[in-house]
Amino acid sequence: MNVLEFTTLVGIVSAAAGFLGALTGLGGGVVITPALVLLLGVDLHYAIGATLVSVIATSSGAASAYVREGFSNIRIGMFLEIATTVGAVCGAHAAAKISPGALGIVFGVVLMYSSWLSIRRRPAPHPDAPPDPLATRLRLDGAYPTPQGLKPYKVSGVKTGFSLMFVAGTLSGLLGIGSGAVKVIAMDQAMRLPFKVSTTTSNFMIGVTAAASAGVYWSRGYIDPGLTMPVVLGVLAGSVLGARQLAEASSRILRWVFAAVVGALAIEMIYNGLTGKL
Amino acid sequence: MISDQKVDNIIGSLLRFGVILAATVVALGGAWYLIRHGFAHPSYHAFVGEPSDLRSLDGILGGIRTLHARSIIQLGVLLLIATPVARVAFSVAAFAMQRDRTYVVITLVVLAVLLFSLAGYGGK
Repeated sequence: MNVLEFTTLVGIVSAAAGFLGALTGLGGGVVITPALVLLLGVDLHYAIGATLVSVIATSSGAASAYVREGFSNIRIGMFLEIATTVGAVCGAHAAAKISPGALGIVFGVVLMYSSWLSIRRRPAPHPDAPPDPLATRLRLDGAYPTPQGLKPYKVSGVKTGFSLMFVAGTLSGLLGIGSGAVKVIAMDQAMRLPFKVSTTTSNFMIGVTAAASAGVYWSRGYIDPGLTMPVVLGVLAGSVLGARQLAEASSRILRWVFAAVVGALAIEMIYNGLTGKL
Repeated sequence: MISDQKVDNIIGSLLRFGVILAATVVALGGAWYLIRHGFAHPSYHAFVGEPSDLRSLDGILGGIRTLHARSIIQLGVLLLIATPVARVAFSVAAFAMQRDRTYVVITLVVLAVLLFSLAGYGGK
């Protein structure tokens, strides 16, 4: 296989991942690294570096639209980014120390979880929890647009949310993923934000989190231009197409397809990690 | 006083501009890379790490002067990494204009972590 064929193949795989990621709302990053490693035999470190860069691209691209629509809460995002960026630097630092096998196993477990998340039913809207005084002091409470006009909301569980964000950042730096799933849990379940505010603010934060670890990966020589180019361009193209196709009717089937693909990758990742093939 | 809505709009435009610019540079460098090296054989099976001229800004700029395709792509990658950093830097200014001292400090902490990691102190 020459460079031209390899680049085309990586571009197609990345576009497919970006497309599915945008349709299911889970992001494509979590699929690309295992696909590159398992299907194309790319070294895990190179795959993580390239994926991390593509995560910045899709997150920033999508965030530019959400921010203008007024869903993302920038104060919440900024405040929680302290936790995610510090976590990301720690994670990127740890990635160099951990053996590829162990890294593969952690990756597999995260994939398993993503697979489950994509097929479970979205939890029912949560009952109101007591607002957190810390949220008032930090002016985190906000309002978001609904068809009936701006709807205000209060924020709870600031400390729990902040701690979970550190975990999200660490996973992001360790595995080169956006870890949007953990971010949404922190904001949706712990801080009790409206679902749309959680997902868009999470998306807004992913770019900054990924940039924090990308710096470490870049200066350590994990980001290869020849591999990163088709990954970034493929994922961007796929996610732009995916965002335009957001048809609810077919998304149920797509979620199952996504879950099956991710589940299979998870098992293979863990198996390869255990048998020392990574 | 600058309103939150206006800040949101500027941040949105900043992000969009950064991504489009970075993707264009990556695509141009990528096309040149394929023209130059399309029939070579890639090797990503074993990790060797990038040469030092692709790991520093000086090295990349030097490579661009000699039209080195991989350096052009790497510049695009760097622009992409710089996009969220620029967004955070803009937020510092926006919160300062709103005289929101708490958030100026919070945003400066995030900016410091980002610059710290980009400068290569995050661990070698």
